[in-house]
Amino acid sequence: MTPVKLYPPKPEKVYFFGTCLIDLFYPEAGMDGIRLLEREGIEVVYPQAQTCCGQPAYTSGYHDEARAVAAAQLDLFPDPWPIVVPSGSCGGMMRTHYPQLFAGTEHEARANEVAGRIYELTEFLLHVCQLRLEDRGQPEKVAMHTSCSARREMGLGETGPALLARMGQVELVEQARAAECCGFGGTFAVRHPEVSAAMVEDKTQAIEATGVRRFVTSDCGCLMNIAGRFEHQGKAVSGEHIASYLWRRTS
Amino acid sequence: MSARDNILKRLRERTDGPLTAPQSDFAVVTGRGWSQQERVARFERWITSVHGEVIHTSRDDWTATLAKLLEAKGIRRLALGREHPVAVEARAALAEGEVVLIDADRNIETWRHEQFHDTDAGLTSTHGAIAETGSLWLWPTPDEPRLLSLVPPIHIAVLDADTIEDTFFDVVEAHGWAGGMPTNALLISGPSKTADIEQTLAYGVHGPRELVVLLRHAEDRP
Amino acid sequence: MSASEVQTFTPREFHRQAHDALGNPQIRANFRKAMDGLMAKRRDVFSDWDLETLRELGANIRLRALAKLPDLLERLETNCQANGIQVHWAENGDEACRIIREICQRHGAKAVIKGKSMVSEEMHLNAHLEEAGIEALESDLGEYLVQLNEQTPSHIIMPAIHLNTDEISDIMHAKTGTERTRDVDYMTAAARAQLRERFMAADVGISGVNFAVAETGTLCLVENEGNGRMTTAVPPVHIAVTGIEKVVEHLRDVPPLYALLTRSATGQHVTTYFNMISSPRKLGEHDGPNEVHLVLVDSGRSNIYQDDELLDTLRCIRCGACMNHCPVYTRVGGHTYGTTYPGPIGSILMPHMMGLEATKDLPTASSLCGACGEVCPVKIPIPDLLVRLRREAVGEGRGNVPGAGVKRTKKEVAAWKGFQWLATHPGAWRSSTAIVGKLQALMPSKLGPWTEYRTAPKPAKVSLHALVKQHKAKRHQVEKADGEERS
Repeated sequence: MTPVKLYPPKPEKVYFFGTCLIDLFYPEAGMDGIRLLEREGIEVVYPQAQTCCGQPAYTSGYHDEARAVAAAQLDLFPDPWPIVVPSGSCGGMMRTHYPQLFAGTEHEARANEVAGRIYELTEFLLHVCQLRLEDRGQPEKVAMHTSCSARREMGLGETGPALLARMGQVELVEQARAAECCGFGGTFAVRHPEVSAAMVEDKTQAIEATGVRRFVTSDCGCLMNIAGRFEHQGKAVSGEHIASYLWRRTS
Repeated sequence: MSARDNILKRLRERTDGPLTAPQSDFAVVTGRGWSQQERVARFERWITSVHGEVIHTSRDDWTATLAKLLEAKGIRRLALGREHPVAVEARAALAEGEVVLIDADRNIETWRHEQFHDTDAGLTSTHGAIAETGSLWLWPTPDEPRLLSLVPPIHIAVLDADTIEDTFFDVVEAHGWAGGMPTNALLISGPSKTADIEQTLAYGVHGPRELVVLLRHAEDRP
Repeated sequence: MSASEVQTFTPREFHRQAHDALGNPQIRANFRKAMDGLMAKRRDVFSDWDLETLRELGANIRLRALAKLPDLLERLETNCQANGIQVHWAENGDEACRIIREICQRHGAKAVIKGKSMVSEEMHLNAHLEEAGIEALESDLGEYLVQLNEQTPSHIIMPAIHLNTDEISDIMHAKTGTERTRDVDYMTAAARAQLRERFMAADVGISGVNFAVAETGTLCLVENEGNGRMTTAVPPVHIAVTGIEKVVEHLRDVPPLYALLTRSATGQHVTTYFNMISSPRKLGEHDGPNEVHLVLVDSGRSNIYQDDELLDTLRCIRCGACMNHCPVYTRVGGHTYGTTYPGPIGSILMPHMMGLEATKDLPTASSLCGACGEVCPVKIPIPDLLVRLRREAVGEGRGNVPGAGVKRTKKEVAAWKGFQWLATHPGAWRSSTAIVGKLQALMPSKLGPWTEYRTAPKPAKVSLHALVKQHKAKRHQVEKADGEERS
């Protein structure tokens, strides 16, 4: 559990760490996050040398490789601006595990310093930008799946729902066992495909049972997993990153 | 070297070096500051929530309550001690009645079959109780041995209201348990139960099916 | 019943066992229902507590005990002995079995009655005793049912949780001749009657220990049924068997741990019995065993103890909350793990006891969702420990765990080295993501296990790196135009 964090006033500039999943599969979600920040008058700096936070290697036990990849990211944020990450999973890696990974190494101080500037996107929009949202969309019911990393590693179970609550026409419907994992877990989905499939099956059923046609999430791993399951079954429930959802309905 | 020495050696010569022991702050398990009335209310609420039965009575009149209870439950054979004031008063009050009083202060080997098969209830005193969890605390004695509160199908426990304390921690500290523990110390919170068959509660699986607390108050209550 | 008939599961077959369990609607339903109930009860029972402070204290007490472990074990031994409890030490399960068997044999024991003890499961004590011609009967109702069904427990607190009422009725009918019924009270009463005779006839009672108090030489047992009290008070000899990590320093350390244990395990604010044993029957006392033995078992624990990170594994108070809240355990059930301790705690503990070769699929059998760590009453960072064991398995750790490096393959090492190279060469990274995007039409629609259950995501035609560049260029033009207009 993350201790209560004191949030800074809205800065002039932020760094944006897009994450490799967004880079490769959901770049529009990243762009929508950037657009939301820019609309708040914040200049968004996107270091072009960014690649991946190193989490896949880290959770697979390859810590030397993870450390090398993470070390390459540490150099990307020289100025003291906040670093916004549109994913609780990568955000959690950078905030929680970078200090562990670099403890006792030459990069320790810098890793701690970077970790202290990491914000998950919905956290930043809610607590730092104090985002106001003018919903221009049609009335809609929507479900949200908060990733386990956002919820438990970063302690951000409420930020996504709080943003949705600011949308005048959106009704957030809570699915059964909302806090339960969707079964993605990075390499878990590959190493234990049947167990992972059983988990995502339950998750899609729980979302479908609420009667919504759309769900949002703040993590593209979960999005890929849950939406992929819905699509595989030919179900008419579609998923979207919360940044895209907020941007689409308010722009 | 013996297993003992090997194990202790490995623990002492720890690869990552000696560990530092942290200090503990026990504030969270003490300092409730409940009034006597609150203690009684909490005790009763919790112990009844786990199927314990509480009957309020008075110091002076409790044996009449006991007699009524025995009649209501159809208890014909009651095991009890002979020395504790609770047992002495109960014996005096029941001496003329039809309930057979069974001496509990005997070596179990001499009456095991009787205890397991032919005893309807066991009567015990208690040292006190815990408001926070609805627990009785007992330190069995030769006069009231440990199986007396376990083997008969009904356990009747006599508790004085002013001996209820706030928390388990408070009891351990206030009564200096660490200074000398008895052979067996017990917390009892309700009758024996199980949920091992599909989470369905069932009582009396091994110990008593019923626990009745005769809660004695110093003066008569309205 | 002989040991060879016992239904066996092994961690080596985790995948096959998971496949079987997932395909068994009865197992799925039994676990889902039970775990949902347990999670809800735990939530309710902690609702009026300062849970974080209590967990902090619980972790702190266990850390303090571990910090002083060798001294506390000696103190426990001294105080137990002073109270008349005989203390034995065993390096491993086989030694412990031998010690227990010899005590039984010294008393000419033919029948042993057992209270619940996971440590005795760990060392397969029942099979060992039966080989020596000593019948070992479980008396905890769940354990008894599991034993009747020739199985092992599927949960450390609720051993028969994989069975539903109908299945239990069938088992009792087949093995003990009771009527077929859905009446739980009837079945419970029948078991009571069956087991009472066995308590009276037992030569030795064997129990586990929840907390062993060094300060007073006291063994604490937590239970609801009363079988633990029976086991430790009716037979003439009581043998308590426990892991060396179960010791706590002071008696006052016990109330917070007990509060955490019952609430975390079953959502109870308290259990029916808290049984504290400090000596055998004393002169003048009328019941209780004449001999009490304590068997302290290492079985790999002192090895776990060597390492600052792995040490946290030993804080565990065996409440089972981690399995109750684990989405993997809930789906596959306890037997799938094939180990004495299933679920998250088993996955961080069993590799030390059985080696990583046999248990290599356990540390990866987690999505690292963090639910286990969140509910652990003594704040064991279970997800971090799962990652640590993954590291050990691929040969990157410090090699303290038996079987370290067993999963290291040239192919996988090369793959992660490749990942490292690409992710530390931003130019190459950008070109490769661009290529993947351009090739998206050629991507196979089947990508192994992923696409059996899900549609594969399509790589974007244009990466975020490229989109941001375009976006910045556009903004720059707009700003430039704005600037020109203004001037």
